[in-house]
Amino acid sequence: MSEQSYAPGSHPDLPPPAGQRGAIKWIRENLFSSPTNIVLTLLSIFLVWKIVPPMLDWLVFDSVVDANHRNECREQGTGACWAVIRERFTQLIYGFYPTEHRWRVNLAFVLMLAALLPLLWDKMPGRKTLLWFSAAFPVVGFFLLWGGTVGEIAATIIWIAIFALTFRFFSFAGIGILLAALFVIGALAYFGLPIGINIASWFSDAAVLEPVESAKFGGFMLTVLIGFTGITLSLPLGILLALGRSSNLLIVKAICVGFIEFIRGVPLITLLFIASTLLNYFLPPGTNFDLLLRVMIMVTIFSAAYIAEVVRGGLAALPKGQFEAADATGLTYWESMRLIVLPQALKISIPGIVNTFIGLYKDTTLVLIIGLLDPLGLTQPILADSKWQSLSTELYVFIALFFFISCFAMSRYSLYLERKLDTSHRN
Amino acid sequence: MSAQIPVGAPPSEPFKISMLWLDSRYRGISIQFLALLGLLCLIGFLVRNTLNNLELLGLEFSYDILNSPSNYDINQTLIEYDSRSSHWRATLVGLINTGLVAISGVIAATLIGFTAGVLRLSNNWLIEKIVYCWVEFTRNVPLLLQILLVHGIMIHSLPRPKQALEPMPGTFFSNRGFTMPAPHPESGFMWVVAAFVIGIIGAFLFRRHARAVQEASGRILPVFTVALGLIVGLPILAYLLTGSPLSWTVPELKGFNFKGGMTVRPEFLALWLALSLYTGAFISEIVRAGILSISKGQTEAAYAIGLKSNWTMRLVVLPQALRVIIPPLISQYLNLTKNSSLAIAVGYMDIVATIGGISLNQTGRALECMSVVLALYLTISLSISMIMNWYNRRVALVER
Repeated sequence: MSEQSYAPGSHPDLPPPAGQRGAIKWIRENLFSSPTNIVLTLLSIFLVWKIVPPMLDWLVFDSVVDANHRNECREQGTGACWAVIRERFTQLIYGFYPTEHRWRVNLAFVLMLAALLPLLWDKMPGRKTLLWFSAAFPVVGFFLLWGGTVGEIAATIIWIAIFALTFRFFSFAGIGILLAALFVIGALAYFGLPIGINIASWFSDAAVLEPVESAKFGGFMLTVLIGFTGITLSLPLGILLALGRSSNLLIVKAICVGFIEFIRGVPLITLLFIASTLLNYFLPPGTNFDLLLRVMIMVTIFSAAYIAEVVRGGLAALPKGQFEAADATGLTYWESMRLIVLPQALKISIPGIVNTFIGLYKDTTLVLIIGLLDPLGLTQPILADSKWQSLSTELYVFIALFFFISCFAMSRYSLYLERKLDTSHRN
Repeated sequence: MSAQIPVGAPPSEPFKISMLWLDSRYRGISIQFLALLGLLCLIGFLVRNTLNNLELLGLEFSYDILNSPSNYDINQTLIEYDSRSSHWRATLVGLINTGLVAISGVIAATLIGFTAGVLRLSNNWLIEKIVYCWVEFTRNVPLLLQILLVHGIMIHSLPRPKQALEPMPGTFFSNRGFTMPAPHPESGFMWVVAAFVIGIIGAFLFRRHARAVQEASGRILPVFTVALGLIVGLPILAYLLTGSPLSWTVPELKGFNFKGGMTVRPEFLALWLALSLYTGAFISEIVRAGILSISKGQTEAAYAIGLKSNWTMRLVVLPQALRVIIPPLISQYLNLTKNSSLAIAVGYMDIVATIGGISLNQTGRALECMSVVLALYLTISLSISMIMNWYNRRVALVER
């Protein structure tokens, strides 16, 4: 039929057949490539059609935002009653933190973001100076949230100055001696000798910021507070435990192994129970320290044990030559760890570390079981209100959304970090 | 300083006190000594405080109180228990309940996880995205929240017993849980159990025989069909031959609830479902990573020698992937077991809720009760870790 009018090899390229390009090809290859695939596709379309529209109806189209009472919600629509979130929104964020002091929480949150930024973004202009602010933030944040008197603030500044100066002039050994001296003073004070040094009492005890007791803390603020304290403290502690576990000092190693295995062997709930019921037995009679502080300590050591295992994996994955080369160049133990071993080991363990952080962040919800009012704990008083009875699903979905956003963001950041630090030449 | 000393020569300087810290030969020993001293001081401090506190409270550390009657009821038990039983008995009930939810959770989570993991790798775009969304959502929301959510939905959205859903005759879904007929074995039932055991042993022996035949002649015997026939068919045959020695009590609606039959309570269902889905999402990621870790060359080589795709999966990819999958898988099982302690939030009576909860509150003996809870969990965790280490060693031997 058609006439061959081209020399061999000189025919212009024809477009691919219609079934082999564009959307049709994509659909054929990705949705209908085999009988099993066709069945799976049809099944999942059916599933999506069965689940998504009713869910959207419930979440958005049939939901009610403007109502003062659950019965008003039920009259206006069959979907979710978001009015409960609207009315209790500030409570879900601040707990029972006094209304007139909530600006302090907001300020602390903004400062926290500002302190995190130079840590997370290494190409930030002026990063070196801002890191000083990041280091100072925990103290600033503490006083902002809990409040404090002139004396307390002055005492904190003086102690920090003493430590900084000791470190400046005597390096680590000096800090060790200072800590030992403090320990001896503390021990003497414990056995009844009147040597307590109370710098705070030298100054006036007028409140700079009115103190707020931690029983008033609650809501997402509490989640973020426990979560971020745990995250920042558990990383260094976990690294120390990992180094201890892989050290060749037998007793140090045994102590670390015992600690890690004990913590990893029991559920977090039991540790929180210990913090709330048992800790009073272990402390000198009459001491009574803050439940929130105890919880933060428990959460920190819990995730430190898991981080230690992750970091140990990273240490084990490093070739032995790296340790030996560091020793051969004459570096001390801490120098070789800080300059050679840990930068590589931590890079390998980033995914595991971030997963542990995400786990810690999610586990902050467990504090509801010992009576702290995190968002999940706040649902109980809200549901007990006859106005909003049995609207648990709405509250849970709202809180789930908050956790999903924060945890998903963390895992995305970890992926970004992995890619940025990847020095292999695999691709 | 020591440049002149030849390598390996003994130190020539006399021992000085400062060498304990400055000389790296002795520093290790001094650090360990200090660590031990610190640890002993800490333990001494804690024990002293505890003794002081106990004395102030007028208590004595003793487990005897746990022998007294517990005075509380547990709504779901697998063994004989009432409020006159001792606290130890309540602990045992809690332990069995933890075991029940852990084992059923592990089975369900494995099934969910492997299915989802394989689906994540399917070349069907739609299903891969659906599973991806589910996995990300499940992994990034706290487990406690999910348990409460499922429990809330069950309590508030399922119908009352009067309007219960009846998926099969005799079984009911309502906000009181899942009710189904209860079997009551009669005298001849032992034969059925015996037949089941014999069936399993027979299937095992037949598999060995089939292996030997295949090694010797290359002939492949239908192992799966025969094993199924032995394990399922033999008990059924025994059941029919002994004249159906099993009677059923069918649940009936009496008043506001069901009478007869057996009921799985909503607390258990919510806990079990949420635990399995949550752990399943984590397992699916492990399975996916494990299968992806097997290089494509293995699959291609298997295709090249003419294996079908499901045979390639079963004989080539999975055995290698399992070596990567199993250690993190077991640690997920361990996590599931520990996470089952969240039962207390929905009122399922596990270890923490019995001995660590009600018993603790009734006796006021926090030290004794919590130490029992900790000891039980540590035993479970350490024995699972031991199994895992044993498995790792075994697998490492196979590796060349």
